Amino acid sequence: MATRKILGYRRENGAVGVRNHVVILPVDDISNAACEAVANNIKGTMAIPHAYGRLQFGEDLELHFRTIIGTGANANVAAVIVIGIEAGWTKKIVDGIAKTGKPVFGFSIEGKGDIRTIADASYKAKEYVQWASELQRTECDLSELYISVKCGESDTTTGLSSCPTVGNVIDKHCADGGTASFGETSELTGAEHIVAAKAANEEVRKEFFAMFEDYTKLVFDQKTNDLSESQPTKGNIAGGLTTIEEKALGNVEKLGKKTKFIGCLPPAVAPTKAGLWFMDTSSAAAEAVTLWAASGAVIHLFPTGQGNVIGNPIEPVIKLTGNPKTMATMSEHIDVDVSKVLQGEMTIDEAGDVLLDMIVRTANGRYTAAEALGHREYSMTKLYRSA
Amino acid sequence: MIHFLTHDTEDNVGVAVVDIEAGADCIGRNLSDNKTLKAHSEEAIPLGHKIALKDFKVGDDVIKYACVIGRISADVKTGHHVHTQNLKTKRWA
Repeated sequence: MATRKILGYRRENGAVGVRNHVVILPVDDISNAACEAVANNIKGTMAIPHAYGRLQFGEDLELHFRTIIGTGANANVAAVIVIGIEAGWTKKIVDGIAKTGKPVFGFSIEGKGDIRTIADASYKAKEYVQWASELQRTECDLSELYISVKCGESDTTTGLSSCPTVGNVIDKHCADGGTASFGETSELTGAEHIVAAKAANEEVRKEFFAMFEDYTKLVFDQKTNDLSESQPTKGNIAGGLTTIEEKALGNVEKLGKKTKFIGCLPPAVAPTKAGLWFMDTSSAAAEAVTLWAASGAVIHLFPTGQGNVIGNPIEPVIKLTGNPKTMATMSEHIDVDVSKVLQGEMTIDEAGDVLLDMIVRTANGRYTAAEALGHREYSMTKLYRSA
Repeated sequence: MIHFLTHDTEDNVGVAVVDIEAGADCIGRNLSDNKTLKAHSEEAIPLGHKIALKDFKVGDDVIKYACVIGRISADVKTGHHVHTQNLKTKRWA
């Protein structure tokens, strides 16, 4: 297959993005208001409010920093304003994002108050957005894009159609030298042997099992019943999925038929080379996509059965469904319809090509359904209580 | 029109790909070898839900994707609806 071309933004560090956001990034929950005020003042910028950032510690704090720095560092972001309550952690975030070479500037609120901080940050944000608005898209290879995959509101049609369609794209993208990542650790329960068989070598397989067993232990330590209303979800069950095993076996269809995964990543850690990677993530859509965006993924592929509506502030989420009822009732949320697969009127390979075409169009600038509808879910993964 | 699909020859449940009414003669297709299958529905099976392709007793494994997806918790006859009322996880129980 000839390498497909896209028109993307090549950033200072060489990474290719498909969006050109100027983001106003709070370090902590109490800086959300200032960030939102700046984004309101300066058109074309976007605040990304979130719920945490105070009194966290240890691995949980490290993940918080990694998520925020990774969001700013993502190639879909042109420039970043960081606002935090105090200067120390604000500088830590700024320094982390600055490693990419992109414009980033930090402001802290203590000793100055919201109003003066908002004014100072607004001047800088205006400068950044006018600079970014002159950046031009240039021709890049599709294989330069880092793609993440995760399904949601799955049903049995996802395992039959939309998940294998994504698997087909993973096979084609990775064969072409592309980078991709899958995760949803707890949702591999019942299909972990299939995932393990796709590990590139024994070391990767062991690393996968260590992460999988650690997550399984968490579920068993905390659960008060068989999770039969949580995993599978009520939506999954309405769509015909009965058990976690059945859900997982449909889920892993996204991994493709030929591709081996070459490594395991902790949450929000960037892949170090091209290929397919496992990332240890929650199975909740907004949390998981936030982690992938923070790891540098620039396009997300999201198969859905019953109709999940999720989006992300910086990473376009392309949704596909094979469920004809969902196409009939929720088509405004769906970018690619693969429902013909169920009647054998479209092969998985053909569906994969249709999805690849939509990836190219999205990379070139087409708004996804989630972007057009304003879905900007940004959910931090919190590992434990704050100090 | 195809009424239900199976993923593999070992599967003992099919997935309805249209809403199946009770008492219908159904045509199915197995995705691993493309062979045509037949079943008769004894109750309504909504799109996406599973139809029993054999008689199950309590404790039997249900096979889909050639893998175990859970165990039967109440007897099920061929052509009946297999779901949360008669199928439970073996993993998070």
